[in-house]
Amino acid sequence: MKGKLILVIVVLMGLFSSSSFAQLKINGAGATFPYVIYSKWFDVYHQKTGIEFNYQSIGSGGGVKQTIEGTVDFGASDAPMREAEMKAVMDKQGTEILHIPTVMGAVVVTYNLPTVGKGLKLTPEVLSGIFLGKITKWNDSKITSINPGKNLPNKSIIVTHRSDGSGTTNIFTDYMSKISKEWNSKVGTGKSVKWPVGLGGKGNEGVAGLVKQTKGAIGYVELAYAVQNNLEYALLKNKAGEYVEPSFGSVSAAAAGAIKNMPADLRVSLTNADGKDSYPISGFTWLLVYKKMKDQKKMEALKNFLKWALTDGESYAKDLYYAPLPKEVIKLCEKKVAQITLKK
Amino acid sequence: MPETKQEENNQNKKQQEKQPAASLFGLDKLFQKNPGDLLFENITRFFAFIVLSIVFLMAYEMIKSSMPSIEKFGWNFVFGEEWDPVLDEYGAFPYIFGTIYSSVLALIISLPLSIGVAVFLSELSPRWLEQPLSLLVEMLAAIPSIVYGLFGIFVMIPWLRETVEPFLGEKLGFLPLFQGPPYGFGMLAAALVLSIMILPIITSISRDVMRSIPDSQREAAFALGATKWETIKIVLSGSKSGILGATLLGLGRAVGETMAVTMVIGNRADISFSLFDPGHTMASVLANEFAEASSTIYVSSLIEIALLLFVITIILNSIARLVVWGVTKKYKVAAH
Repeated sequence: MKGKLILVIVVLMGLFSSSSFAQLKINGAGATFPYVIYSKWFDVYHQKTGIEFNYQSIGSGGGVKQTIEGTVDFGASDAPMREAEMKAVMDKQGTEILHIPTVMGAVVVTYNLPTVGKGLKLTPEVLSGIFLGKITKWNDSKITSINPGKNLPNKSIIVTHRSDGSGTTNIFTDYMSKISKEWNSKVGTGKSVKWPVGLGGKGNEGVAGLVKQTKGAIGYVELAYAVQNNLEYALLKNKAGEYVEPSFGSVSAAAAGAIKNMPADLRVSLTNADGKDSYPISGFTWLLVYKKMKDQKKMEALKNFLKWALTDGESYAKDLYYAPLPKEVIKLCEKKVAQITLKK
Repeated sequence: MPETKQEENNQNKKQQEKQPAASLFGLDKLFQKNPGDLLFENITRFFAFIVLSIVFLMAYEMIKSSMPSIEKFGWNFVFGEEWDPVLDEYGAFPYIFGTIYSSVLALIISLPLSIGVAVFLSELSPRWLEQPLSLLVEMLAAIPSIVYGLFGIFVMIPWLRETVEPFLGEKLGFLPLFQGPPYGFGMLAAALVLSIMILPIITSISRDVMRSIPDSQREAAFALGATKWETIKIVLSGSKSGILGATLLGLGRAVGETMAVTMVIGNRADISFSLFDPGHTMASVLANEFAEASSTIYVSSLIEIALLLFVITIILNSIARLVVWGVTKKYKVAAH
């Protein structure tokens, strides 16, 4: 008790000395993937309005946990909350949780084949075959038949994957579960899964390191990471049957393609989306916001921030290697933001 | 020493005679002492108690948090081989195996090296070389483990993959130890990195133990006409249990090492004795999966792994300390 009192006094003194007593501070925690654009947004918005955001990128799992416990004003996650988790928020915080998509990311399949170079084509069947350990050689007829003119070596395919729990793995395995029944029953979807084959690397840099060093390796990393590091990536055949290169445009197209079937709560997986330009392994990242907030000032500040982020804020996305939301989705998000109210 | 103790005892006796009632409750001691001393004693006692309570608190918290997994899986947790976060089924055996296997391999590589260095430092090295060499060995312990990991990825693994593993596979491929494709990443890489990391601790403790053997023993050996090598054998046999203790401490360090191992071991939860195959360890699965673990049973299972690791390291360290204390004490007594 005494300790807390001293802490409070110290904090108050700190606030007085910086002569910004009225300054509002909003705390959030969660996903690491959107950290770069979030910190840019918070920084720009702080300069504009003086409202300070404190965001800790502790991972999606941690963000969901803290949102349930109510230790933060908002959370962030690369995977939508599950029913049980949303119920836990209802029980503990007495409010619904809103999922607000902010930007989009994609997972690209990267490989190390010096004789092939850029533009390897992969179909869902081949990709799942490789990651299930069924296709083991690069010159397997299933691969050569869709890559005419490419010099595919008689080499073993060395599969690599993330060893740490991550939203990237979640999107990738979600896609695999959609395109392959065998994957769905044997492996499933998750931030960490039991991989049928392959080596694990920690983080995007770990997987990229494995792939870069090992001839004949294949792995998956975030689009932003692949672009920044000039990694070679494969073209994937999407639901409409087109081979699509991962790019900001084709990722945004996936969201536009999914808009028809968008559920009301916006908790939707964008993998294997409709549309002939859609890149099939795309996904939203969400802010998790309480529908009823306890503090009026914080509520107003957060609502204004979200409105700003979804309009002006989106323009920062491409420079920071995120795919911006398509206009149709922004409209849906703005409706969600308008639903935030004060808890009576 | 004994004389002064007797005097104290005599004094105590005298005082006890004078104040029989107070001494019953130990109050005489309270009056004897300066209040400042008393305060200081209690403050330091409190600090010592904090250290102890941290250990117990950690153990308590870990046991409490791992209860769901202990109740659900029981011993299957320790011996089960399936680790599937999607189905919420957890068996830690591949991780326990990987931890023990990589650490034991590291010891096998590191032990002869460390003892060789320790013998040189303690028995053979000229004075001018001894200091800088000891310093260098101990500096190895100060390098952050992520640096070892990077060294492993960028220097050692390409060398292992291109040169060492193909050679071993070709010449000794009939042994189960050297089978499978040469990835570079795997048990061998982890064992090599670990062996460099535990070298300083084994070396410096072995050296100290050898030094604690009194010179009179060496002189006696020389006087009996022993050669240098025979004398060293006598020193080594005298410090056997101390070296064993140093080895166990090194093993304790290897068991708990996280970052460097997870960067080079390939992170695959398989049980294979081949040095070329990837593996996984308890510490690396914690580092890898804890941040994003969400379901209660998942978190609880990870904490149970931490608990197992905690218990293993405490046991190893306790044995090691006891053994090292035993040997140094013996010779200190003998020297007096």
